[in-house]
Amino acid sequence: MPPRSVPPPRVGLFATCLMNLFRPNIGFATVKLLEEAGCTVEVPAAQTCCGQPGYNSGDFDAARALAKQLIKVFEGFDYVVGPSGSCMATIRLDYPKLFENDADWLPRAEALAAKSWELLSFLAEVRGVTTVSASYAGTATYHDSCSGLRSLGIKQQPRLLLGAVNGLALTEMRDAEVCCGFGGTFCVKYPEISGRMVDEKIANIDATGADTLLGGDLGCLLNMAGRLKRQGSTVKVFHAAEVLAGMATGEGIGGAPK
Amino acid sequence: MPESRKAILGQIRSALRRGPLADACAAALDARLPTHTRIAFTDDPLARFIARFESRSGTVVRVASLLEVPAAVETYRQQHGLPARAAIARPLADLPWPADFAHHPGPAGKDEVLSVTACLAAIAEMGSLMLASGPDSPTTLNFVPDHHLIVLHEAQIVRDFEQAWALLRARPEGLPRATNIVSGPSRTGDIELTIQLGAHGPRSVHVILVR
Amino acid sequence: MKISSPQFKEKSVIALADPRLRQALGQSRKGFVNKRAELVGELPEFERLRDEARDLKNHVLDNLDHYLERYEAAVTAAGGHVHWARDAEEARCIILNICQRVNAKTITKGKTMVSEEIGLNEALEAGGYTVVETDLGEYIIQLAHEPPSHIIAPAIHKTKEQVSELFEAAHGGPRKSSVADLVTEARLVLRDKYFQADVGITGGNFLVAETGSSIIVTNEGNGDLTQTLAKVHIVTSGIERIVPTLEDVALFLRILARSATGQETETYTTLSTGPRRPDDVDGPEEYHVVLVDNGRSKMLGGKFQDMLRCIRCGACMNHCPVYGAIGGHAYGWVYPGPMGAVLTPLFVGLDATYDLPNACTLNGRCESVCPVRIPLPQLLRELRHMQHQQGIRPQGEQRALGAWRFVAERPSLYQFANRLAARVLGRLGGSKGRIASLPFARAWTDSRDMPAPEGKTFLEQWQAR
Repeated sequence: MPPRSVPPPRVGLFATCLMNLFRPNIGFATVKLLEEAGCTVEVPAAQTCCGQPGYNSGDFDAARALAKQLIKVFEGFDYVVGPSGSCMATIRLDYPKLFENDADWLPRAEALAAKSWELLSFLAEVRGVTTVSASYAGTATYHDSCSGLRSLGIKQQPRLLLGAVNGLALTEMRDAEVCCGFGGTFCVKYPEISGRMVDEKIANIDATGADTLLGGDLGCLLNMAGRLKRQGSTVKVFHAAEVLAGMATGEGIGGAPK
Repeated sequence: MPESRKAILGQIRSALRRGPLADACAAALDARLPTHTRIAFTDDPLARFIARFESRSGTVVRVASLLEVPAAVETYRQQHGLPARAAIARPLADLPWPADFAHHPGPAGKDEVLSVTACLAAIAEMGSLMLASGPDSPTTLNFVPDHHLIVLHEAQIVRDFEQAWALLRARPEGLPRATNIVSGPSRTGDIELTIQLGAHGPRSVHVILVR
Repeated sequence: MKISSPQFKEKSVIALADPRLRQALGQSRKGFVNKRAELVGELPEFERLRDEARDLKNHVLDNLDHYLERYEAAVTAAGGHVHWARDAEEARCIILNICQRVNAKTITKGKTMVSEEIGLNEALEAGGYTVVETDLGEYIIQLAHEPPSHIIAPAIHKTKEQVSELFEAAHGGPRKSSVADLVTEARLVLRDKYFQADVGITGGNFLVAETGSSIIVTNEGNGDLTQTLAKVHIVTSGIERIVPTLEDVALFLRILARSATGQETETYTTLSTGPRRPDDVDGPEEYHVVLVDNGRSKMLGGKFQDMLRCIRCGACMNHCPVYGAIGGHAYGWVYPGPMGAVLTPLFVGLDATYDLPNACTLNGRCESVCPVRIPLPQLLRELRHMQHQQGIRPQGEQRALGAWRFVAERPSLYQFANRLAARVLGRLGGSKGRIASLPFARAWTDSRDMPAPEGKTFLEQWQAR
């Protein structure tokens, strides 16, 4: 970690729609981790959605409108960090594409993109975090969410960080890198195909014998937890941030509230 | 039909937002000498050729001289229980074949079971043989019979595709009608992905490697 | 070929319920995916080769007119004929005219996707010709009157037993059951056809401008028997398959088989250059190349130009989890999987193909294995954009997205709506923390529980600190 005489970076936390609504615990875990890594964290109240649903549905105008809004809210920070590879990939990679023909907004989009980070890669690569003080008694397997993996290169970072959690054993599932079938609106537009994809993912999870499923994207985790619970599985599902912050107590996503 | 040609070229140019290339540009393209990455390997080309060819169910036997080829063919023929007749490419016809061995220079007929051909080169990179069609090397000898025997001299083994292309370009008569690069016997996986040899081409390709 | 892409949803549901298809697709995944990964792992040059292949294809596309003219000149110098076809109908006419002129009766075919694209077999059969597919997979689906379900392994969806039945019905004779016996039977039956054929039609994996050669790559050798034994050899190929020189060919030969089937190389790579020479003793007397445009030149210079780099290896569909669940027939046309989801709307039109760009999670595994680095997810997104601009997207979805945008553009309204949802859904989740049934979210809750919110949103809790 950098020496304390350097002013701590000001991080704007991007909550993401799903975390904000479904699992605030991830947000608090994120703040804790960022503060432990020497950052000051602010959560702008005026934030909403990154625009990905519009972008992926072909409504580029809607995506641009929301992108401009987000850029305005966050561009004053040293970094923007969010607990989602999917949303942060939209900001990092798609915002510049959306404004490639806009001389005014392109530089702003590029500037924001350059300082936007998914949480786990931010901790590992920018803050150089290698140890955490958390414990977790259990065996976990990690699902590599597609955007984080392929758009942002997130693969080793979560594993390195989780490897430092006291008591946690990590085991790799077969086809960890294969899509779980969430895909935003895909899972409700093509539920049968999505159902097959999540069932294959769950079979791979079960084959590891792990009692815990971890990942870095709440959309995927909601999808897999939803199916696991429907099947009566006892596997607990958490976002990696919750485990790393020592806040993975209780039954996890889709389980009884604390 | 000339309208189609004109229309397609016109459509291409309008999509690329330009007219036909200026002469200088065209000449530059014609003079282009690509150098792409090649696959690096340190194995001896001969050893590599044999290993890669055999990994695809090809077989190789080594002999000391061309004169030993008929015996190698006879051994193969008896091993596989084949009748004493074959299509043999013209350049090999004058070797000391057994008196009772019936052969003709091709083309291969529907019931041809065995052929013996020469080749232009072997390519060590992937373990392949390059054969050029011609009156001395009818293409049907490479594909119709169940068993295809190829006489290869060690000196014909080149390292990679690029060296093989040089041989093709060096031919005064230009490229042959068919340049076959053969890397093993015919195979298919089209039924339940189960690999089966001898789909349509030869079931067995056997190289007689002459020092 | 009849387009059944509008029935994508129904066909995908039927495919999901087919246990034999599931088994076949699972097997093929293991084969193609694992073998490719092994070979790629052993080849340190592979990523660089992909870059070079992409750059070379881009170079060709930027100069496509030049290379096509050079290619035509070289084919003509070698004694062959080049025909230009703007669309499927012209291509069919050209081929029918050749067959008529030479009084053909039997036509053998090597595997060529372009010929399916232009609906060639139906036209030839309607013209009274006997057409025989010689690639074993294509032969099987020809007997079954089905379209291919994969561009490399067209009969991948068929079990041994199904093939056995087809052969018994078509060939007569005792029914074979082992793969070896079935292949031998096909070999014998097709051998006769090769020798009977008047015209042999093959594809062209690559067309070499330098030499005027067409290249086919096969494991079976069927394309070679097709072209060598017939009196006339016709090549059907898209205009984008040109490569400038033999050195460029070598580049592709180093990545094609590895990407397609996880083999270092296919068994036979053949360069065909013109008809038989005066002193040849075998080979076709005539050599024709039909260059097919059929929508390709329209893709140049636009957002979809990258798709023209495709070398039809099939790696994208081998690695696509959606294709891996439903197989190829649900896509409804010639080209399935990710590359089919891009090409079919472009060739056939957006109206009949709504589902193809949308039945995708944009997970990107296809792009990660494409040997010529086609940005398939981005192209699919662009197709969704075109659908949006043309008003093809469903009304319900447009209204929902409109509402979402309205709310998301107004932070206070957004916070309010989310707080409300958090309360309501949190209450519905109760002590279990999940909801088993939500009337407006049946598509989710029919097969999954919905994890319940905590009762308050994150932003709400944060502001209350």
